[in-house]
Amino acid sequence: MKETNQKASGAPPVLEINDLSIAYSGKTILRNATFDVQNNEIFGIIGPSGSGKTSFLKAVNRMDQLTPGMTTTGSIHFHGYDTATWRNLYSLRKRIGVVFPLPTGLPLSVYENVAFAPRISGVRQKVELDQIVEKCLRRAALWDEVKDRLTSLGSLLSGGQQQRLTIARALSQDPDLLMLDEFSIAVDPVTTMRIEDVLKQLKSEISIILVTNLVQQAERLADRTAFFLNGEVVEVGQTEDMFNGRAKDVRTTDYVEGRFG
Amino acid sequence: MFTQTAHNVQNYKIEGRWRILFLVMTALLILPVLIILTLLIVRGGPAISWEFLTAFPIKGMTAGGVFPALLGTIYLVSLALVFSVPLGIAAAIYLSEYAPDNVMTRIINLAIINLAGVPSIVHALFGLGAFVIFMEFGTSILAASLTLAIMTLPVVIVATKESLQSVPQAFREACWSMGATRWQTIRRIVLPNAVSGILTGVILEVSRTAGETAPIMFTGAAFFLPFLPESVFDQTMALSLHLFVVATQVPNVPHDLPYGVALLLVAIVLLMNALSIGFRVRLRNKKKW
Repeated sequence: MKETNQKASGAPPVLEINDLSIAYSGKTILRNATFDVQNNEIFGIIGPSGSGKTSFLKAVNRMDQLTPGMTTTGSIHFHGYDTATWRNLYSLRKRIGVVFPLPTGLPLSVYENVAFAPRISGVRQKVELDQIVEKCLRRAALWDEVKDRLTSLGSLLSGGQQQRLTIARALSQDPDLLMLDEFSIAVDPVTTMRIEDVLKQLKSEISIILVTNLVQQAERLADRTAFFLNGEVVEVGQTEDMFNGRAKDVRTTDYVEGRFG
Repeated sequence: MFTQTAHNVQNYKIEGRWRILFLVMTALLILPVLIILTLLIVRGGPAISWEFLTAFPIKGMTAGGVFPALLGTIYLVSLALVFSVPLGIAAAIYLSEYAPDNVMTRIINLAIINLAGVPSIVHALFGLGAFVIFMEFGTSILAASLTLAIMTLPVVIVATKESLQSVPQAFREACWSMGATRWQTIRRIVLPNAVSGILTGVILEVSRTAGETAPIMFTGAAFFLPFLPESVFDQTMALSLHLFVVATQVPNVPHDLPYGVALLLVAIVLLMNALSIGFRVRLRNKKKW
């Protein structure tokens, strides 16, 4: 397995997916996926529900190991290292932040929600935790709204605020890769736009995988986009091409133009 | 204008009858509890006094108090808890949070359910064989407590497991995806939110342990002792056995004495249940999702 990529930088891409298949109790959900996710890009994944998008994310941070019945074949390289042979999966997951479709605020205060990941990595100093919490809440565009009620429960925030809280929480791990799974499902349009602005800014620091069922969201944000359909990666290409009728596969054009799905 | 069809009217009447049927059934359920409690309070109430709680039985157990039995019950219950609570909670954590869903786990779960169904007299004989004779603890508080602990272990395990499983799976997945280990997730998120259910299980165990007679009869409880136990290797009196003794084994016991003992025993159990409900309500009000 080649561990470097031909790009000028010489650094391996953040993810190299090679012939990846995912099955639940023998039922295949994703077949023979092969593509890369580059450093500092927003990589969009679109496709109707049941096409294997969420399962793909689970395979990337090796949640298959914690999901009964889930098996994978093929390989995923993270920064050039095979995740199948990664010994300490907790350290792998710490480098990959995940935002779920429904905001899952942990039953803790706003502050403790964001301090959770640093705490479990051994950060104990109050000053340091304070800094991390403030920085992450600012990056998630939430600080100004919650700075006066850091001690109140995270679950008392509005839906849109909770989703930004989970983004702040994902950032508190200081990840190299942020994976968002249909983050705007439970969020109003204004908050969605604010989060999208946040993602555009984050792109300079980390890589982002954006799973979305809003094709316009992929069009607005993603540098490159993959189209998943019924467990098949139909195509991976420049987002512009896909949305300007230059998609390689006619099914992609049909999907982004809303003719089926 | 709305007019009722014959069908409407008939449905309405039938609905009323069902409602009354269910109401009567529920009332019948409460009846025995009410009768028992009333009887105990009316007939046993006069026996309860400060002396009754703090004095030794005298005159061949036909007068005096029940202090050694009360103390013995507290000893037995406390020591049984010391053994069964840590073991039960640890087992429940393993079964709920770690165990893969395979044949072995299913066998263990089945074994726990069956353990709960074993008659207490069988537990008593097991305790006699295992702790009193084989491990040479003799008839002692230790042997009786261990027997009670094994008998009530399934209550703790099942209650703990259920309250652990009532914590939403999404919380665990959120923690795992942040790189938290299973133990970090359990300690910081799952356990704090399951604590009310676990406490309920523990308190239920207390009330069951306090009332059991058969398991301690052969393993550590004495008919009558003129002194208090000094170590866990001594025998002790216990309220439940004392009730059996004064009600059936001793001649010329005044009528209110057994009722008094029964009332005390029931009061302890009800107090524990009330505590359990209180805890639940308080913790539920603090529930965070």
